[in-house]
Amino acid sequence: MSQSQEQPEYQHRVLPPHISTFWWLEKGSYFAFILRELSCVFVAWFVVYLLLLVRAVGQGDAAYQQFLAWSATPLILLVNIVSLLSLVFHAVTFFAAAPQAMVVKVGPNKVPGSLVLAGHYAGWVAASAVVCWLLLGA
Amino acid sequence: MADQIKLQVARYRPGQESEATFDDYDVPCPKEWVVLDGLNHVKDRIDGTLSYRWSCRMGVCGSCGMMVNGEPKLTCATFLADYAPGPVRIEPLRNFPVIRDLIVDIGDFMRKLATVKPWIVREEEKPLSAGEYRQTPEQLDDYKQYSMCINCMLCYSACPVYGLDPNFIGPAAIALAQRYNLDSRDEGSAERVAVLSEHAGIWGCTFVGECTKVCPKNVDPAGAIQRYKLTAAVETVKAFFMPRGAQ
Repeated sequence: MSQSQEQPEYQHRVLPPHISTFWWLEKGSYFAFILRELSCVFVAWFVVYLLLLVRAVGQGDAAYQQFLAWSATPLILLVNIVSLLSLVFHAVTFFAAAPQAMVVKVGPNKVPGSLVLAGHYAGWVAASAVVCWLLLGA
Repeated sequence: MADQIKLQVARYRPGQESEATFDDYDVPCPKEWVVLDGLNHVKDRIDGTLSYRWSCRMGVCGSCGMMVNGEPKLTCATFLADYAPGPVRIEPLRNFPVIRDLIVDIGDFMRKLATVKPWIVREEEKPLSAGEYRQTPEQLDDYKQYSMCINCMLCYSACPVYGLDPNFIGPAAIALAQRYNLDSRDEGSAERVAVLSEHAGIWGCTFVGECTKVCPKNVDPAGAIQRYKLTAAVETVKAFFMPRGAQ
């Protein structure tokens, strides 16, 4: 092929970019990002766990008791504790990112990012309160 | 304060070397010298073969971006004294092909930038006699932050997604697309959506957030991308539920 008109003459002599397989260990912020991405696995686990709970409840008291006993085994307990910590990390980092994604305007004025963040935490507290009321108070 | 500081400068001489090497240079380190001053000293007094880009020396032109001790920096705004006693490792911007020494090829960005039409698109231009397109300060405020981009490429260098997926349009191009999408004078957002809503567009971004951290002009490209994700998602839902033409 003749020298392409679109490719500059220097193209065949450039040093191509290289990114290490372990790029995510090079900076703390990269590592925190990977942890946040990994926490999605635990989000998925809690969805599966919830579906298993719903199925056990639907199958009657015996199945529900069996599910509770299975949930109390050390392995599942450990997985759920790690999952809970991962989900809290996921939620906190997700909320921290929210003001960047959501620009809320009231009339001509922008709502400060701190208020957007506070709104997310208020929603979290409200949702948790409803769940607590369903479990304990209802 | 140290009188001198050692610069470890990446060198790549095409045709002579197959990979980058490092040359050490001792340069003066007065408190007012930036890294670019150190490089200029090397070029003028020690080794005239050193190649790098620079122009304005005041953080406006965006040409002197390099990796300084592993971080993407404008070398005209990075003081040598902050790295004392040294050494200071200076490399070409990461994620780009290196043409020579500290000069990278940003052709990939320039090609991608054109695809998002970073200019005001009008369906129909007003005649000159109709006067200028006026904006309120609030309308200007909607996009002004994104208009501060100087194409310095620090954000591309900090973005691991761009490093891993060369098809990704990248932070600055998307921020500049948003600069025009949010401009009240522009009518081209529908023309940009096809490029921006692809996987190589906004959905390629996994929100590492480093682009915003390294931006010397506080453009917040990560915020621009996440905002557009929200816009694109809302538009998709509207297109699904609303009758054709009622959007």
